[in-house]
Amino acid sequence: MIRFACACILALVAALPVRAAVDIQEVTSPGGIDAWLVESHEIPFVALEIRFQGGASLDAPGKRGAINLMTGLLEEGAGEMDARAFATARDALAASFEFDVYNDALSVSAQFLTENRAAAVDLLRLALTEPRFDQDAVERVRAQVVSAIRSDAKDPDKIASHTFNELAFGDHPYGTPVNGREEDVTALTRADVIEAKSRVMTRDRLFVSAVGDITAQELGVLLDDLLAGLPERGAPMPGKAEYRLSGGVTVVPFDTPQSVAVFGHEGIDRDDPDFFAAYVLNGVLGSGGFSSRLMEEVREKRGLTYGVYSYLYPMDHAALMLGQVASANNRVAEAIDVIRAEWASVAQEGITQAELDAVKTYLTGAYPLRFDGNGPIANIMVGMQMQGQGVDYIATRNDKINAVTLSDIRRVAARLLDADALHFVVVGQPVGLETTN
Amino acid sequence: MPRLPGLLLFTLSLLAAPAHADEVTSFALDNGMDVVVIEDHRAPVVVHMVWYKVGAADEPPGRSGIAHFTEHLMFKGTDAYPGKAVSEIVEANGGSDNAFTSYDYTAYFQRVAADRLDLMMALEADRMVNLTLSEADVLTERDVILEERNQRTENSASALFGEQRSAAQYLNHPYGIPIIGWRAEMETLSRQDALDFYKANYTPDNAILVVAGDVTPDAVRALAQERYGPLAPSGARAARARPQEPPQLAERRIAFADPRVAQPYVIRSYLAPERDAGDQDEAAALVYLANLLGGDGATSLLGQKLQFETRTAVYASAFYSGTSLDDTTFGLIVVPAEGVGLQQAEDAMDGVLAEFLQTGVDPEMFASLKMQLRASNIYAKDDVEGLARMYGEALASGLTVQDVQDWPDVLDQVTPEDVMAAAHAVLDRKKAVTGWLMREDVPEVTQ
Repeated sequence: MIRFACACILALVAALPVRAAVDIQEVTSPGGIDAWLVESHEIPFVALEIRFQGGASLDAPGKRGAINLMTGLLEEGAGEMDARAFATARDALAASFEFDVYNDALSVSAQFLTENRAAAVDLLRLALTEPRFDQDAVERVRAQVVSAIRSDAKDPDKIASHTFNELAFGDHPYGTPVNGREEDVTALTRADVIEAKSRVMTRDRLFVSAVGDITAQELGVLLDDLLAGLPERGAPMPGKAEYRLSGGVTVVPFDTPQSVAVFGHEGIDRDDPDFFAAYVLNGVLGSGGFSSRLMEEVREKRGLTYGVYSYLYPMDHAALMLGQVASANNRVAEAIDVIRAEWASVAQEGITQAELDAVKTYLTGAYPLRFDGNGPIANIMVGMQMQGQGVDYIATRNDKINAVTLSDIRRVAARLLDADALHFVVVGQPVGLETTN
Repeated sequence: MPRLPGLLLFTLSLLAAPAHADEVTSFALDNGMDVVVIEDHRAPVVVHMVWYKVGAADEPPGRSGIAHFTEHLMFKGTDAYPGKAVSEIVEANGGSDNAFTSYDYTAYFQRVAADRLDLMMALEADRMVNLTLSEADVLTERDVILEERNQRTENSASALFGEQRSAAQYLNHPYGIPIIGWRAEMETLSRQDALDFYKANYTPDNAILVVAGDVTPDAVRALAQERYGPLAPSGARAARARPQEPPQLAERRIAFADPRVAQPYVIRSYLAPERDAGDQDEAAALVYLANLLGGDGATSLLGQKLQFETRTAVYASAFYSGTSLDDTTFGLIVVPAEGVGLQQAEDAMDGVLAEFLQTGVDPEMFASLKMQLRASNIYAKDDVEGLARMYGEALASGLTVQDVQDWPDVLDQVTPEDVMAAAHAVLDRKKAVTGWLMREDVPEVTQ
């Protein structure tokens, strides 16, 4: 394909075009669980999204990887069923449950047919509230996690991002991968897994959205059935992650033909008054489209890479501005020079009115296109809740984009972009690059 | 289970699921361009796709990568829309665009607000016939595709291994050549190569238009006639006849060691029949076979035996993709557990196959797969872009709209006896390549 879809572009969470027919209802169950609902009865299924804020960052000290291992075990047996019985029951209902965990959230994504809703919800409730964590399942999933950790250790993309995070955040949970280190994971016990669940899967961190063939009243009953059995309170949040990197280069020698570089510096919080201006600015600098400055300079003019992009990465306990590029070992130094120069140029001079107008048209026009299915809408809505946005955000999001002026851009560019502070972690055998400091 | 990075993970689904026939309309323009319209009025969005019935398997000898390179160069502009104008116009309208090249097709698509469909057609129709290429653009973009090859293939031991396995699988058919091209041939691709390939293949009678979303067939027909209708067809096109496979008589075994391998695995692919127009029965049986052997890790035979009972594997799966113009492959992969060698893993895999061929299909699991199939028809309706891709891919791979719409019924009518007959026919080592991906520091004795 002509370019990679950038998996890490931050979806500035969603709002609705004036004409989109997405009507969000705020539902509170009889038992007091809040959720957002969009009723859509055209297709007889429901997409349900559940999040537990905190995610893998709630790992206890010394137990990094416990929450990830626990998440992998949620579908490996619950109630009276072992892993195989659980999977057989799920398949017989043609329901789909996905469990995943990130630094700031544990996610549960479920889809089930209207005709099987009650049975599917019963099954999911068992996974969420009565997982067995059988010792043989712990060992089986642990072996998969260890295999993944070892594979990551030989994957230049993973080495680059893991190294950057470690240098940036040290001992904070953000400094190590959610999988944990091999020695940590090997040492985890079943008791650690049980403890991990009680740290993160709790009512005080819960966010829910549902889209599809269900009424508000039915959803209320479902929420209590599914989630009332969860404990009230989880572990405390880990606290702010101090950013410890300064500008420079870290080379991680790795014998491979193409160097991968992850680069970045401190970013901007999502609730900062200048966040929208920064988001628009990055749309011009490095959002990954052909018209971005970085793509133009590094790929289109010089053919130095297949893809280069930058993105804002606000997390719950830190904020980064990051980017990535990959170039042959003998060309990556030039790619990095070009990126630094463009970063400095935009920091000093900002962008043109024409660029600002074009990116605004794109961002505001693209916005409604995200709302095109039960699954995508449920995902967007649960993200909005986690970011503390109200349903009214939807109507005003594009206005906030349109309100950004060239002087806002200049101010935020000068404040945010700092070519001297950029740190590049380069994995490969880069010619003409050495670790600084 | 957690995701295993660094591995090819095969997610199987029954992927039946065309939209209901009453939501799909198809017709042809006078110049031979096929049109498929899929209606979904839930959101004011449209996906506009043009699929050319030409891919990497249609390249001239020695010019591997030219189909994909041409795809890249299609973004270099025309007289009417010079430079990056197409992508800029799409973005200025809030849309996104991309393209992809496979063995059997090259496709271009935009996703945009429904009221911008006419503009998308104007852009796509223009570059179907008016592409201009400067020598400088071609040379720079050739560097880009070489970096793309670096990123996708050269930097990944698993991807390099996959290339070698495909080359061993196909003795004569161009499916054995990588889509992105062999590096040495890519380095010599020229502007003239691209223009020759473009002129020979980018014509309305070699293209399929798929429009999906908040549109009506009448509106699409009117717009398509206006925008694509005036384009001249190429005239008599030869049938797509690629060099075919001779009888495969000898098992092939390959071993690839690379210091970048963290997790060794054994993978075997068998030459297998694809879905053919009006004849999809055996392919349907193979879909069940793949799911029975290696669908879900906790319920499939390979998963149950190797991951749960003997603990030989951390991961085991089967894969089959039947949408293909020529013979495809049916495959198995086993990722051994710590301390288990590749020979042991392969023997365990063969043990599961032998037992399955003796004992046959488990009726409960077969019934469960049928239920999942029916459900997949419902879930698939939530993703209109996925439906559009399904039609485009099928039509570019020699199938008809009728075949796509028959597919759920063909799947539904598969019996356990059909699955066993297909298994006996396909699981023949003479037509198979068995590959070991190995760490360089831990020698394994190959057979």
